[in-house]
Amino acid sequence: MKILVCISHVPDTTSKINFSDNDTKFDTNGVQFVINPYDEFSLTRAMWFKEKQGASVTVVNVGGAETEPTLRKALAIGADDAIRVNVEPTDGFLVAKELAEVVKNGGFDLVLAGKESADYNGQMVPGMLASLLDFNFVNACVGVEVDGTNVSLTREIDGGEEKVSSTLPMVVAGQKGIVEEKDLRIPNMRGIMMARKKPLSVVEGVGAAAATETKAFEKPAPKGAVKLVENVDDLINLLHNEAKAI
Amino acid sequence: MSVLVFADSSEGKFKKTAFEVVSYGKKVAEQLGTNLVTLTINGGDASELYAYGAEKVVEVKNDLASFNAKAYASIIKQAAEAQGSDVVVVDSSVDGLTVGPLVAVALEAGYASNAVALPSSTSPFVVKRKAFSNKAFSNTEISTGKKVIGVAKNSYGAHENAVSGSVESFTATLPTLGVKSESIQKASGKVTIADADIVVSAGRGMKGPENWGMIEELADVLGAATACSKPVSDLGWRPHSEHVGQTGKPVASNLYIAIGISGAIQHLAGINASKVKVVINTDPEAPFFKAADYGIVGDAFEVVPQLIEKLKAFKQA
Repeated sequence: MKILVCISHVPDTTSKINFSDNDTKFDTNGVQFVINPYDEFSLTRAMWFKEKQGASVTVVNVGGAETEPTLRKALAIGADDAIRVNVEPTDGFLVAKELAEVVKNGGFDLVLAGKESADYNGQMVPGMLASLLDFNFVNACVGVEVDGTNVSLTREIDGGEEKVSSTLPMVVAGQKGIVEEKDLRIPNMRGIMMARKKPLSVVEGVGAAAATETKAFEKPAPKGAVKLVENVDDLINLLHNEAKAI
Repeated sequence: MSVLVFADSSEGKFKKTAFEVVSYGKKVAEQLGTNLVTLTINGGDASELYAYGAEKVVEVKNDLASFNAKAYASIIKQAAEAQGSDVVVVDSSVDGLTVGPLVAVALEAGYASNAVALPSSTSPFVVKRKAFSNKAFSNTEISTGKKVIGVAKNSYGAHENAVSGSVESFTATLPTLGVKSESIQKASGKVTIADADIVVSAGRGMKGPENWGMIEELADVLGAATACSKPVSDLGWRPHSEHVGQTGKPVASNLYIAIGISGAIQHLAGINASKVKVVINTDPEAPFFKAADYGIVGDAFEVVPQLIEKLKAFKQA
């Protein structure tokens, strides 16, 4: 089984979010970048398939050279090799089209991704990729087992879970539950040393067109100070008459 | 030309988000000077949608027992083509989020998910969307001729706007499904976090799982869903399905009551889309107070029982 894990390079959750160039660009000044937390779950599941079922694991990112430390971190966690598609990821459709080329050229039969990225939260790329490739697709996946080309999965639905079956090739968008949080891997020193020697190839994009463009970012209006109340009567009164929430 | 809204349902009942996207689609159609067409797949009674402005409902009835991504995407595409729809609107239920990108590819349409407002302009077509885990918005231009919009849950709201509607049936051909449903487990009789107007959430301040009775009782009184912080689900005090925050379930309720939760940034990222936030915490320095609308500095073990008692009286009054 050849697994491709899509890795987004995103600001750490604790980062301050600011914009530059007239609010058209994310200001990366002083921002720590990490592997997208949702992708980490899928990467860890891929490592399980590598260790238990002999799968190969390639990681891929669509982005500039600044994303390479994030790919190296994925290699340190245990991926075999990495691909960086040298294209600025301005739109989900564009990223999905570039990834589709990588999947076709690499002959991957299982693509694992996080269900969303912590920066744009679009939940767009995995589904688009599956659709472009005509692969089977399961979103919000909280469990996946592969037996030959048969795949059993559990996906989250509103208010519960659904067990589904499918076949390779497929795209799976994972989240917490596809592995447990305690099983997430942190690169160790040996992994970090080995990652330096693992292949990281840079490929030029195919020039896929974007379908959307960010015109301007904005921040939410500053929130008023919290109203501290002394007793529950006041709280109920405010929630009913002021907030109209009960 | 028309605007096509997909009104999602589960077991033949429309989801709450269905009424929200109908309301949204109705306004977009008005902005564009065109008609609204509402598509249902094995859905509920079309008259429920008329109440929100769905003047024309197109019903698909077939053998699909439950949601299937490929099939739903194909049906929506066929309906959009049959109705000459250039704009397709889906909700942010798990189904909507799953099918949205597939529809976008099928129609070669630009896709703006997580939309929180009506298009600020239709030429160019610009939609405001959530980004950076609710810490910012992106005003996104969709540059393609066809467009797909995913409306963020509880962002636009359902607005009653009764029309005398009509319904017609539509037959769509189904593709190979590719993914087969084996079984569905749903918590019955409980308000889900996704659907709840009010969410009562508790953290490590509750000291142990044996103390959750009062949280459940408070939720009962309010008709709310129960939720918890990440440490609580990690400790096994509550099931993982209750974990809300980044990497857990997102919450976009009208009212979010946080009890004994300090308000780590990862937690706030997941619940920030809620409209009104109430914090009950013994520690006045808890970061959650900075993100809250109302707060009580106090011991949950004293405040919550009082709140239950007073709310019961309030509900009866």
